[in-house]
Amino acid sequence: MMRHCCENGASCHHKNPSDQKGKTTRFRVALAGNPNTGKSTLFNALTGLRQHTGNWPGKTVLRAEGTYSFKDVTYTVIDLPGTYSLYSNSADEEVARDYIVFEQPDVTVVVLDATSLERNLNLALQVLEMSERVVVCLNLMDEANRKGIRIDDRKLSSKLGVPVVKTAARDGKGLTELKETVEGVARGHIQTRPFRIRYSDEMEEKIKTIEADIRTIFGNDLPSRWIALRLLDGDPSLTEALKKRIGKEESTDGAIAQPPYPAEA
Amino acid sequence: MTTVIPLSEAVPGQTLRIRRLELNGTMRRRLLDLGFVPGAEVYVLQKSPLGDPVAFRVSHTTIALRKEESSKIFGELPGGEG
Repeated sequence: MMRHCCENGASCHHKNPSDQKGKTTRFRVALAGNPNTGKSTLFNALTGLRQHTGNWPGKTVLRAEGTYSFKDVTYTVIDLPGTYSLYSNSADEEVARDYIVFEQPDVTVVVLDATSLERNLNLALQVLEMSERVVVCLNLMDEANRKGIRIDDRKLSSKLGVPVVKTAARDGKGLTELKETVEGVARGHIQTRPFRIRYSDEMEEKIKTIEADIRTIFGNDLPSRWIALRLLDGDPSLTEALKKRIGKEESTDGAIAQPPYPAEA
Repeated sequence: MTTVIPLSEAVPGQTLRIRRLELNGTMRRRLLDLGFVPGAEVYVLQKSPLGDPVAFRVSHTTIALRKEESSKIFGELPGGEG
């Protein structure tokens, strides 16, 4: 398994919060968002001084991680690099993508600039294809209000299938509601049904075939539909990441390096 | 009447509506992610001193493109614009 926060044992924890020593529950929350959405302001507002920074392993990309407590539960917040997308090939995007897909945070908060939704929703839709546990945070609401922008958050929430929370992180507005919502999604009290784009029948058919193969190889841990889409897109960087993962899994259980093709194909 | 031209031939001050991208692969993906999608309005802000790259304004963000890319993005000028 990929591990990278282990220089500091206290901040290190694994996917399942319950296998922590003792009874302390911990949730991991990733912040994703375009550049200049106030994502880091939100990160600072949430974690205060309880944060440390370093690099992502093998990359010159800043990694900021911090914690906050809410109702006696510790939340570890990972500030992912600001990106417009998770498809292209920059180191930033790779880091953000790999974290969401392979490390699978308990909740991914997509921070959007409320004054520029059209541009920002691109990333939101991508994250919705990658994860079930997503909260959309409409940040910079103060600026949006000043510009006369009105956003129907309920309608947006019902269209996207995930909770939408309005914040103005600069003034600390909406943070409690955001924490409540993150808690609800982390605990499974809030059910999400993320909007997924439906592609042409031809595409959907291919997705289905590939998805079956992906589940055979990786089990149900990875977002199979999303991976199928990336493979159909011929994304070389994701293919590499998957190969590394197969290598790791095989070296741990000693299986033979041959892709198990399903009999039904 | 509308004229479709590559972004590289537009001049500062003009606004174009994107029609199509004649690019593929990573660069196409990248440009789409940055907001150069069909239907989007692009405002030509200014040229750099040597004429390349050129700064464009697209959905509230300024993005500079080299001729190499901007010559493959085609947009229409609203009718009658000179």
